[in-house]
Amino acid sequence: MDFLLQLLVNGLVIGSVYALAALGFVLIYKASRVLNFAHGDFLALGTFVAFALATSLRLPVIPSIILTLVCFFVLGLVVERVVLRPLIGKEVIAVIMVSVGLSSVIKGIMYLVWGPGYFLFPEFLPDVPIIIGDVYLSPMHLLGLAISAALLGLFSLFFKRSTLGVAMRAVADDQQAALSLGVSVRKIFAVSWGIALVSAVAAGVVVGSITSLSTEGLSAIGILVFPAVIVGGLDSVPGAVVGGLLIGVLENLTAGFIDPLLGVSLRSVVPFIVLVLILMMKPYGLFGTVEIERV
Amino acid sequence: MQFSACGNYKTRYVDEATIFPNDTGRVFVAVLLVFLATLPFWLSPYFVFVCTLIGIFVVGAVGLNILTGSTGQISLGHSAFMGLGAYATGLLAQAGFPFWLAIPLAGAVTAAAGVLFGIPSLRVKGLYLALATLAAQVILQFGFNLFDSRGGGTAYLSVPQATLAGLVLDRERLFYYVVLFTAAVAVFAALNLFRTRVGRAFTAIRDNDRAAAAMGINVFAYKLLSFSISSFYAGVAGALWAYASGVVSAERFTLLLSVEYLAMIIVGGLGSVLGSILGATVITVLPEILRVAADSLSQVLPQATHLFLAMRFTVFGIIIVAFLIFEPQGLADRWRVIKTYFNTWPFRY
Repeated sequence: MDFLLQLLVNGLVIGSVYALAALGFVLIYKASRVLNFAHGDFLALGTFVAFALATSLRLPVIPSIILTLVCFFVLGLVVERVVLRPLIGKEVIAVIMVSVGLSSVIKGIMYLVWGPGYFLFPEFLPDVPIIIGDVYLSPMHLLGLAISAALLGLFSLFFKRSTLGVAMRAVADDQQAALSLGVSVRKIFAVSWGIALVSAVAAGVVVGSITSLSTEGLSAIGILVFPAVIVGGLDSVPGAVVGGLLIGVLENLTAGFIDPLLGVSLRSVVPFIVLVLILMMKPYGLFGTVEIERV
Repeated sequence: MQFSACGNYKTRYVDEATIFPNDTGRVFVAVLLVFLATLPFWLSPYFVFVCTLIGIFVVGAVGLNILTGSTGQISLGHSAFMGLGAYATGLLAQAGFPFWLAIPLAGAVTAAAGVLFGIPSLRVKGLYLALATLAAQVILQFGFNLFDSRGGGTAYLSVPQATLAGLVLDRERLFYYVVLFTAAVAVFAALNLFRTRVGRAFTAIRDNDRAAAAMGINVFAYKLLSFSISSFYAGVAGALWAYASGVVSAERFTLLLSVEYLAMIIVGGLGSVLGSILGATVITVLPEILRVAADSLSQVLPQATHLFLAMRFTVFGIIIVAFLIFEPQGLADRWRVIKTYFNTWPFRY
């Protein structure tokens, strides 16, 4: 029972990171119908930049994270302007492949600068275990959960209340209608890329401080975002949160209960088996809008 | 012999569908094949091996182009299917099958797997289908890793050299001819595929699947057929790869290779057989050039191996992005433009 509880808590912590990463991913998809294969690489790059600011430039940890977030908001705007805008209206494969190309470039840059090794994010919390009942939690886990929850709350408020957030939802809903009501669709595309990268970096910093930093490990999260968003529905923000949490919990439960039975680590493939099953049975996920085609 | 037409004299659809409208193409292809057949006599074994690799990836890329370029179904799992073909070949070869039987059998096994992972295309398309093939990639890759680690440690599958009537087809020289032959057959089969009802149905589905269904094409069946043909090609490419390298391991068949395959058909030109050949050549030769560059740099810089990896990723990504933005039709279209220029020279219009 305690074991189960511990697995659930661990799953929720890592799941909240997935949720945060998936949020940005869904944001880009909702606004501009781009499936961003470079999401994991932006996440990794952001974490490494924050790490470099904190260690090489010896900035305090919190300001360096904030500085990175600001930089990545701007980077999101630039990427949208330079790489994605020329491809508006092109076929799906072109848009997918441009994000794949982007992902490859970022990977190359990360290998060039940091190499394939492992790094530890500077600690900014005391490493005292917190024990609630029989569940062990490190402060970093708790903070990760809190940051993810706070950011997710902040984002949902942003979409509900702020003018920009409402405009973004309008663009996602119907570009032409939004355009005719005076919403600048270009601006919305750019801002959604900016916000998406900010949420990716936030997720990266959280997971980087819980575990360790490596280009491989961090960019792999970008692949795990896919099962999360498919479970939740590609174009649903609450779906991204639920999907992320579900995948996190599922991974940990598999690692805890099924792997010891079979003697092989199924942890890494179970999300993808779920992905295939969901695609076969309920292709638009739990909360996604069913695509209706009109001829 | 007729080398160039000075106008369009086609009066039947059959004429429109011919592969070679005049003898220039026939002569060119014959000369090219003879030239390619002489390569092992004057190239060093390393370059012959690179040519063997090019041939293998031409087979794979032609297959992917049938699915992605011509039927419009994006596949991110092509390398996993190639891997499946390689593993199947390894097992068949160890069981004593001759190579000329093992290669098509491996293709058939892979085609079956391709149909299995094509089933989601009944309900989803576009981006969703791309994700289903991504899942196929991850799941198959996991299977390969599991197979490699059977019995505890890492045991790679070794593949014996191919033999024909007692003659050992060595990896350095003679196996190149097997690859050349297979690639030529694969290319001609693909070219002919698009002259049939099946090929036209594929194109119709790519252009508009609703309209295709309205015209009486069984969209789902043809999508599955496209998946199976494409996977067959991938399986054959994997089989050739298994014989050419001698060892099959999961490391080679990662998502990166799937992406490389997509890069091949984008650089070459979507939906074009010639494009697949050009793209496969460029994307296979490029890392070799980079490797040489990194090696020469390693005299100056100590960490050349990870420099190579970094350069490979970066250059590769830049090429994909640049082609998509500046030359979305690929090299095949550039080739067509050049050809037209010389056909009509000096009168441009």
